[in-house]
Amino acid sequence: MTQRLRLVLLGTGLSTLLGLLLWGLHGVPPFGHYRGPYGQLVDTVGERERHVTNMVSAVNFDYRGFDTIGEEFILFVAGAGCAVVLRRQGDPAERTEPSGPLGATEATRTVALLGMAPLAVFGIYVVAHGHLTPGGGFQGGCITASAVVLVCLAGRCRTMRRIVPETLADLWDSAGAGGYVLVGLGGLAGGAAFLSNVLPLGTTGHLTSGGTMAVISLAIGLEVTGALLLIVTEFLNQLQRTPQEDA
Amino acid sequence: MDFLPYVVSAWLFGVGVVAMVTARNLISLIMALVVTQSSTYVLLLAIGYVTGAAPPIFASVPSSTPAVDPVVQALTLTDIVVEATVTALLLTFAVRAHQRFGTLDPRELRALRD
Repeated sequence: MTQRLRLVLLGTGLSTLLGLLLWGLHGVPPFGHYRGPYGQLVDTVGERERHVTNMVSAVNFDYRGFDTIGEEFILFVAGAGCAVVLRRQGDPAERTEPSGPLGATEATRTVALLGMAPLAVFGIYVVAHGHLTPGGGFQGGCITASAVVLVCLAGRCRTMRRIVPETLADLWDSAGAGGYVLVGLGGLAGGAAFLSNVLPLGTTGHLTSGGTMAVISLAIGLEVTGALLLIVTEFLNQLQRTPQEDA
Repeated sequence: MDFLPYVVSAWLFGVGVVAMVTARNLISLIMALVVTQSSTYVLLLAIGYVTGAAPPIFASVPSSTPAVDPVVQALTLTDIVVEATVTALLLTFAVRAHQRFGTLDPRELRALRD
């Protein structure tokens, strides 16, 4: 396909889309005047029903918890997909670690070293308080994984592998994904539906409130940290060279 | 400015698609896809916004405070997760394409040519 044909096709597609978009936006509620019945209902009854203060988490981990299982497994499968596409080829014994720090300058190293510990603590905090304040398993998991990746950015990729070896990331990934399903099955064991909030709801505003929500947030935090570290490890493995590839 | 967020969303989408089609490097192509997808976050959050309302988090305000829609925010979170996974998978393909064809220019990928 020539560049010109490509641009002509793009122009046709985009102008058709623009027309459809204008037509569609015609039916969208004016900005700032949305009155979705479902969202308003959650805002009104969420705190009373579930003893949590973060309604986004209430939707994600409880009211819409079944969808979030799917969401979690998207990440799980993506981690597995990365591992399959980037699977190692060649004899492992002949592989060498990348030589030298990955282009880490003194500045990145200092910032990375300074940021590591606070970031790890902050990540765990965000996971644990997901049902109370902004955050949750997905957000906190990303922050915790970033704290570990900072070790590599500081030029110590081998140390990062020692802190979280591939098998440990694998374990977190699977334990988190499985843990969520177990919480769901707990609902069945408690005589209710799958993923019902069967644990005691506790006092609103306390760390232990929200019943299964806090547990699910922890499971997702574990899973996200594991999956992201697994993906990063897979990419890092690409830097290892076999003699054949060097040739 | 009742429609500005919708214009921003459409603009991000258009810019992203144009950048994708004209990209000369697979990595920038993937980043263009990220830009395209971020238009959906703007759209979702704009739809759920209520003028003058608080965030749907009642940690320090009473739960009777008018708040924006939490459902679209939860959807945005799903959107971001999907975007992150798609980006990761596409980057693996870019790595493999580079190993196989020795280039990241999408026009040089022989297997994709007609």
